Amino acid sequence: MSINWHGVWAIFHHEMMRFFRTIWQSLASPVLSTVLYFVVFGAAIGGRIQSVEGVEYAAFIVPGLMMLTVLQQAVSNASFGIYFPKFSGTIYEYLVSPVGWIEVTMGFVGAAAVKSIMIALVILVTSFVFVGVHILHPVWMVAFLVLSSVGFSLLGFIIGLWAKSFEQLQIVPMMIIMPLVFLGGAFYSASMLPPFWEGVAKLNPVLYLISGFRWSFFGLADVPVGVSLVAVAIMVVVCLAIIRWIFATGWRLRE
Amino acid sequence: MGAIIDIDHLSKDYGSGTKALDDVTLSIDEGEIIALLGPNGAGKTTLISIICGLVTPTGGTVRVGGHDIRTDWRAARRLIGLVPQEIALEPFEKVINCVRFTRGLYGMPADDAYIERVLRSLSLWDKRDAATRELSGGMKRRVLIAKALSHQPKVLFLDEPTAGVDVALRREMWQVVGDLRREGVTIILTTHYLEEAEEMADRIGVIAKGRLLLVKPTAQLMGEFGKKTLSIELDAPLAAIPDDLAGRALTLSDDGRRLAFDYDTRAERTGIARLLGDLAARGITVRDVSTRQSSLEDVFLSLVSEDAA
Repeated sequence: MSINWHGVWAIFHHEMMRFFRTIWQSLASPVLSTVLYFVVFGAAIGGRIQSVEGVEYAAFIVPGLMMLTVLQQAVSNASFGIYFPKFSGTIYEYLVSPVGWIEVTMGFVGAAAVKSIMIALVILVTSFVFVGVHILHPVWMVAFLVLSSVGFSLLGFIIGLWAKSFEQLQIVPMMIIMPLVFLGGAFYSASMLPPFWEGVAKLNPVLYLISGFRWSFFGLADVPVGVSLVAVAIMVVVCLAIIRWIFATGWRLRE
Repeated sequence: MGAIIDIDHLSKDYGSGTKALDDVTLSIDEGEIIALLGPNGAGKTTLISIICGLVTPTGGTVRVGGHDIRTDWRAARRLIGLVPQEIALEPFEKVINCVRFTRGLYGMPADDAYIERVLRSLSLWDKRDAATRELSGGMKRRVLIAKALSHQPKVLFLDEPTAGVDVALRREMWQVVGDLRREGVTIILTTHYLEEAEEMADRIGVIAKGRLLLVKPTAQLMGEFGKKTLSIELDAPLAAIPDDLAGRALTLSDDGRRLAFDYDTRAERTGIARLLGDLAARGITVRDVSTRQSSLEDVFLSLVSEDAA
């Protein structure tokens, strides 16, 4: 099967243009919330927690903050991207043109992933203003960043395909993604929890992402890095299988 | 010219027992304009939706340019442009970007010279940088046509192109279709106006309850069904039609006050002048006359009754 690359580019370019049309809004809000997190968690709380496993607390939360933003941005961008054509009725174009699920997914998910990575990098640069961050394994850092943004863009894409209203579009990120990130060790190490809760925390898939990502910064991990990689890879494969099924059956697409 | 679309025993059953499409077989030649005529819910949009890939058929096959729409869908879809019934456009997108986007989606490299030609031919060039939400209804419909033509399709589907548009815009749409015909594009359009089908199409297919009742060249169909009736109101009631006028396709109303005369508008002589002259010669005074074109409803009624017989 040959891929319709012009089709992939058309969707990707269209999505990126939407992002650039509102670039300052897109960047200002995550940067502002990062600054607030630094003030609240870094300065106020961090003043009482000197260090976590030898890393200054303000620096320790940087990977968690980046991951929080990547996950939120990936889900919201990808879900909105595919939901909007459903809402405006232009979804018919994707269904009658010579693009299949692979091209549509690559276009939308690729754009959402690139956007979330760009914002995460802006946050990393912003964090340099507040704290000295040294990245121990930069290649792995980029690998985790890309895999996580792709994984959660795929999840967001599924949410956008599933959603029938703007309310539904908001509910999953609010009710599921946010709690998972907060409970996934964005602002603490799972080893700081009592043993029982540490066990519960390890059921949270986001813990594996944040742990692997933090390892790439400081060499510290709550779970083995290999386990983190496998967890993200499984997420990507499962999401791709679900998207393929949605396009094959037309569920919530051709109704 | 050979067939560009081959529809063979196509059916669509939504599972509730009602057949949206029932065993439709139709072949459409390259460069032809065919109008699918039928009331709401007849199956016109279902037929178009199956060919374009929006709906999956439950039986039968369709080939576009020799490519099966299910097994070789990419090649088949590249040949097709669809103008949907509902106006659906990205409200904040510029007209030119909308059209470029569709061209890309169909796997075609950017070609701004061609896009300019399409926009100019549809009088949209001056509006190329306007957001689609700023356009009038007629302009929006033209943007949909520009998008459908953006990848140089061989076949264009126009689903109810004049639904809900005013008379001036309807004329304008007919003009656009005429221009496309001259460029050799095969056009399949749906409508429920007989007049519209007559104006534009080479052939007319009549659909009712999911079945293709007939397909005939427009001139032939209009000859058979496009009759007009002259209604003559008389000053004084007649007991019966005068014997020497009996062979003239005349009917007399029960109260004897109205004569109905069926005639063919396409015939060299309609016979109206002669009839009125003959009535005057017999001292029958005419109070008023009016004419009525046989409507689509009449065409359906006669077809359905033939079908049932």
